[in-house]
Amino acid sequence: MNTAVTIAGVTWKNPVTVASGTFGSGAEYSELVDLNQLGAVTTKGVANIPWQGNPTPRIAETYGGMINAVGLQNPGIDLFTQRDIPFLKQYDTRIIVNVCGKSVTDYVEVVERLGDEPVDMLEINVSCPNVKEGGIAFGQDPKALFEITKEVKAVAKQPIIMKLSPNVTDITEMAKAAEAAGADALSLINTLTGMKIDIHKRTFAVANKTGGLSGPAIKPVAVRMVYQVAHAVQIPIIGMGGIATGEDAIEFIMAGATAVSVGTANFHDPMASVKVAQGIEEYMKRYGVEDINELRGCVE
Amino acid sequence: MATTKMTATVIHQEPIGTGIFSMQLQAAEIAKQAKPGQFVNLYSKDGSRLLPRPISLCEINGEAGTLRLVYRTVGKGTEEFARLHAGDKIDIMGPLGNGFTMQEEKAILIGGGIGIPPMLQLAKELSQQSVEVQVVLGYRDETFLDEEFAPYGTVYFASEDGNHGVKGTVMDAIREYGITGNVIYACGPTPMLRAIQAYALENGIVAQLSLEEKMACGIGACLACVCKSKEKDHHTNVNNKRICKDGPVFFAEEVEF
Repeated sequence: MNTAVTIAGVTWKNPVTVASGTFGSGAEYSELVDLNQLGAVTTKGVANIPWQGNPTPRIAETYGGMINAVGLQNPGIDLFTQRDIPFLKQYDTRIIVNVCGKSVTDYVEVVERLGDEPVDMLEINVSCPNVKEGGIAFGQDPKALFEITKEVKAVAKQPIIMKLSPNVTDITEMAKAAEAAGADALSLINTLTGMKIDIHKRTFAVANKTGGLSGPAIKPVAVRMVYQVAHAVQIPIIGMGGIATGEDAIEFIMAGATAVSVGTANFHDPMASVKVAQGIEEYMKRYGVEDINELRGCVE
Repeated sequence: MATTKMTATVIHQEPIGTGIFSMQLQAAEIAKQAKPGQFVNLYSKDGSRLLPRPISLCEINGEAGTLRLVYRTVGKGTEEFARLHAGDKIDIMGPLGNGFTMQEEKAILIGGGIGIPPMLQLAKELSQQSVEVQVVLGYRDETFLDEEFAPYGTVYFASEDGNHGVKGTVMDAIREYGITGNVIYACGPTPMLRAIQAYALENGIVAQLSLEEKMACGIGACLACVCKSKEKDHHTNVNNKRICKDGPVFFAEEVEF
């Protein structure tokens, strides 16, 4: 039985990674999860300099999901390369570094700094709904997305994955722009912009007023978008949005994803990502699937 | 010390006040490692409620492998826990957070409302170390756990309605009774902790404050539950300590909240 998948020339032992921001750089989870059992670890977004993030409260639970507005608090590339990359190198898993920035120059600086680091892929976050500058601004306009993808690709030594926002009218337009600019792969979807009001306190549940909705509540939207994008572009897709079980992952793969990310489920069960990888194998055994790649896009 | 996620068994549960429940759990792997001021995450069985509920440890029995949690029902998640009976199972993770640093100095333990439970285990362990323990408990109106502290030290009360001890806050009780000590340990609502922080800093008393914030992962990865810190934090280097991991207990001079 083969569970390995290849994305932009990089082979993962299985199609499961973790969604950026839900797993830190893996250190905190490593007490509870064997990182060797993941196809890849995707780190929390890292910028050129440390970012403070948003005021608290930064999260709120919603029905079947949650809203977050952490605001990409991160230690900056210096501390990240000294501490987080060597930590992840101890494990037999692919390393995907999520890159964030406020301007094209910020992104380019981080991508250049990562050029000589032992990381396998870069995921470019152009879809965070919780920061005022950068983030989603690049991910909601096909021209801006094309430009930043081109600039990043020009300096990147590793394959680049553009992480797309669902907060657009037509996600296929964004996917095509990224592909045309040279993106090696796509991650989708990032969170949906949402809001929750605390009716007892008569205020917003998160200090940022709006936040990104994630969790099982958004899964059907994510599956639909993966399906649409898979039919619009040739580059591989890492599908995410509410995946909590092996069955959920299979759904994304059938919609056209090559690999999947487990995000919010890590908060409900720190072992969720490994359980998803095991669940995929159980499905394959049950239906006699020899190679996970056979299932990709099997629903036309 | 290793954080463990496990399925615990409810040994006993009973209401001890209006919307306040006392739950005894068999959870040996966690109980044998836990210390006062640490907490556990409790997980709902209902898939619509994804995030764990962080609950402080009221009593820890390492030998018997049991934990006692005293919590208030504030929503559907805690209401689900309140319906559990002896023999029922619940997923929990812990021990989480740093806990109190026990100092061999005359102690004032201050608990306000649902911040009272973690003070019980602390009172017990400090008194075992022959530390002079004074306990100040603040309530809105109805009391709970108030009779359980007596074996470990002198207990003082404050209540908003004045029916139990001094009418007013825990700070009013400290002034009224002239309570003095070298180390304050406190857990309770934010306005109470701010008043204690100011009092401790003005009077040069060491104070350990247990803070609260909305949490997701509980292990320091998601960065949801930060507070402003005087020193650069270990994780991000931006003066944002993680309450779940670097705390929940901080020294008064360490944090702004």
